[in-house]
Amino acid sequence: MQPRAEMVHWGFAAGILFVGLCLLAEAIVGQEVWRMRPWRKYLWPGVAFGMGVLLWPVMAFFTNSSIHMYAHGSWAEVLMLAGGAELGLVHGRLRSPLWRLTWPLAYAVTGLAFIIHEQNAWFFARSAFLHHLLGWTFAVGGVVPLLLVWRPRSAVLQAGMAVTIVAVAVMLFADRDVAPVFGHLSPLAGPPHR
Amino acid sequence: METSLVRELPAERAASAARARAVSLIGPATVAGGLIWGILQPDRLTILHPRGQGFWWLVLEPPLLVALVGALFALVVAKPLLADLEAHDAAAR
Repeated sequence: MQPRAEMVHWGFAAGILFVGLCLLAEAIVGQEVWRMRPWRKYLWPGVAFGMGVLLWPVMAFFTNSSIHMYAHGSWAEVLMLAGGAELGLVHGRLRSPLWRLTWPLAYAVTGLAFIIHEQNAWFFARSAFLHHLLGWTFAVGGVVPLLLVWRPRSAVLQAGMAVTIVAVAVMLFADRDVAPVFGHLSPLAGPPHR
Repeated sequence: METSLVRELPAERAASAARARAVSLIGPATVAGGLIWGILQPDRLTILHPRGQGFWWLVLEPPLLVALVGALFALVVAKPLLADLEAHDAAAR
């Protein structure tokens, strides 16, 4: 009854895509319009926090190696921290904009965890390729939320963050447990399924 | 001699219209992306050959998930957001 790892990735990709679309819409209309309805300001931080919570069962049930457990656990922690800090900021409980540093922290931890926990080379299989690509996307893309700490109303930076998040969702949707990448599939990866 | 006068839209109104158009396109573009993906890779759609498939294969189908997210965004987020954008622009005029 337990879903395959790739299916869990697709489920999270759907949530991440939704967050990316919300961020894009917020970048287009501006914070003032976005926050005109009280529920909307909690929407994407709430979804981000919720995904952080849901990463805990992923950590608990997909323990195919210790390093996977550490990676999923660290993502759960930083996503809950960043989503929770954002919720506190939009609600007004937290006032210091430095709480937004939790986002670049989340990007950095996520990127490092992706790169470290993938032990195969880029072209070993599609999942290996995507782990490396996701890791570097987070590591490099972390500059955008870092700049947003000091320029929180910059539409260009907000759109940049949204596009990064949407790109992450696309990568997760492309993930398969065992599949070739650009025609490469190591025989050690096992037989590909459909 | 009569000439037809064309009043130029103020830059702000034009920008607001462009913003509204952009927001209204996000959802449909995402739905279209999911549908096009499904057409290009029909093997990713288990619903087309459901016989003998397990629960998760039938529930989590990536192209449908993309289309679903786009539809959800269009209905739940974009629709009220466009109304708010219009109200905000009307108040600013």
